[in-house]
Amino acid sequence: MKKLSARRRHPLAALVVLLLALACTGGLYAVFAPASKAQADETAQSLTIEEGKKLYAVGCASCHGTGGQGTTDGPSLVGVGAAAVDFQVATGRMPAATSQAAQLPKKKAVYTQAEIDQMAAYIASLGAGPAVPTEEQYGPEGADIAKGGELFRNNCAQCHNFTGKGGALTHGKYAPDLEGVDPKHIYQAMLTGPQNMPSFPDGSLSEQNKKDIIAYVKTVNGDETVSPGGLSLGGLGPVSEGLFAWIFGLGGMIAVAAWVAARTAKARKS
Amino acid sequence: MSTQETPEEKLPAGQDTAHGAVRVADEKNPFADPGLPPHEPRVQDVDERAAKRSERTVALLFTLSMLATVGFIASFVTIPVDQSVYIFPIGHINALNFALGMTLGIALFAIGAGAVHWARTLMSDQETADERHPIAAPPEVREKVMEDFRQGAKESVIGRRKLIRNTMFGALALVPLSGVVLLRDLGPLPETKLRHTAWKKGKLLVNMNTNEPMRPSDIIVGSLTFAQPEGLDPHEHGFMNEIAKAALMIVRIQPENIKDKRELEWSHEGIVAYSKICTHVGCPISLYEQQTHHALCPCHQSTFDLSDGARVIFGPAGHALPQLRIGVNDEGYLEALGDFEEPVGPSFWERG
Repeated sequence: MKKLSARRRHPLAALVVLLLALACTGGLYAVFAPASKAQADETAQSLTIEEGKKLYAVGCASCHGTGGQGTTDGPSLVGVGAAAVDFQVATGRMPAATSQAAQLPKKKAVYTQAEIDQMAAYIASLGAGPAVPTEEQYGPEGADIAKGGELFRNNCAQCHNFTGKGGALTHGKYAPDLEGVDPKHIYQAMLTGPQNMPSFPDGSLSEQNKKDIIAYVKTVNGDETVSPGGLSLGGLGPVSEGLFAWIFGLGGMIAVAAWVAARTAKARKS
Repeated sequence: MSTQETPEEKLPAGQDTAHGAVRVADEKNPFADPGLPPHEPRVQDVDERAAKRSERTVALLFTLSMLATVGFIASFVTIPVDQSVYIFPIGHINALNFALGMTLGIALFAIGAGAVHWARTLMSDQETADERHPIAAPPEVREKVMEDFRQGAKESVIGRRKLIRNTMFGALALVPLSGVVLLRDLGPLPETKLRHTAWKKGKLLVNMNTNEPMRPSDIIVGSLTFAQPEGLDPHEHGFMNEIAKAALMIVRIQPENIKDKRELEWSHEGIVAYSKICTHVGCPISLYEQQTHHALCPCHQSTFDLSDGARVIFGPAGHALPQLRIGVNDEGYLEALGDFEEPVGPSFWERG
């Protein structure tokens, strides 16, 4: 067996080392960072602003400022409302490892829902903003799925694709896939406009409209969703469909032609 | 030609002359032509039982195609449009589409496969060689044709009767004009339609989602709203043409973040209204990034900076997005203060 050191001059060695180093750093961060924050207050039971303030001071203040006024590393949180806090922290986008990333991806949440509620209560106390929506607001009861589809295509599909599979934006930013996203978080994203997503306040997209849109997204992305055309190929539209047709359609025809021509019909095989 | 030049006795013994000519190397053609290899029979040529088997296989494939066609018609008639079925590994799919595609696919494939099998095993596979003939006609034929033409031209007196010749050329040149004139029936000229939209001074901006006029307080910083002029009826003839020109995206930018002076002037307290139609080929452009104020076109990635007069910062678009001048009317609703100053949408010939 070749020694590992013998491969250190391989052209891909630097890349492998870099990937390993990144994986280690990320892994260590994931192990330690959440643990230290989660220990902040395990015993808190009541949803008090005081408890939220303590959590905020430990986990958020370094970037967003001690009073939520914002710093060069993070925006002001005055007036963003409880809905924004619940969305950002419950989807794991906050706390962020860096303020330099093009976009913060969805991760496993670091805080428990109780802690998130406390922080949300604290941030809401700094200035009026959208509140966390209730089940009644985002649930499927009373939703018009067809209307939701129309609204989705008019307001959301340009970035999130026709059935919410997401898509690319500029400079490494992207619209995420909406499959499996909690209806509450979809509602909050529309309401608060996280990161580069524009917000759709109730004045321009009513509560009922939001409910309809969520019902549509859930209908076209559920486990029981019927794909009328067979293989959905990721639901990404013409790119994956064209790729499939070229590779498997044309490739299959070439393979069959080669197979037919390769077999001789003669009695005496040469 | 080569066959005629090659004497019969030069062919190697046993070569079937009808089955491809063999040319040996000489001074004019230094490379010998090996000709076609000797014909090899197939199993089906020597064994009648094998030939029968092939016949049955081909017939089976054609019968399969017939059955699949019957299946196609049966599926079309019997399967309800909205019935779904679980097919591993595709998942839940529409039963009718699956059945139609499957049966039609089998019907067409079986015809092709049967034809290929038939051609390979039963049709004659004797190789034959056809020599190419020279393309030019023999000199005497050419001479005759030219002579006929000259005689015809002389007899028609076209060279002597100049008046007939010239008027005939005139008539032949004018006839195609009727066809050109008919092209006008393709539609009326656009006239100034490309330069004007449904926006006029005093027209209210109507939210496309709620169909209600908008107040400035509805538009918060970071939000994105789509608007159309009041009074556009989706059921009216020509609606699509009007909305395709008049569609707006409304965003609010902190006035101090607006870099373009005219943009700020035409906004209402930082609320700016831009045409939603890309100036490249007219795609609806609304991939708005609220932190960078960039709007991205999904078709060809043209990127516009909405905080700087919708200037093109990337991509093939040739013009900034036209901005609509807006204000607030007496009742506090957002209204247009006129039409767009420049044509919306893609460039066209006369726009320059």
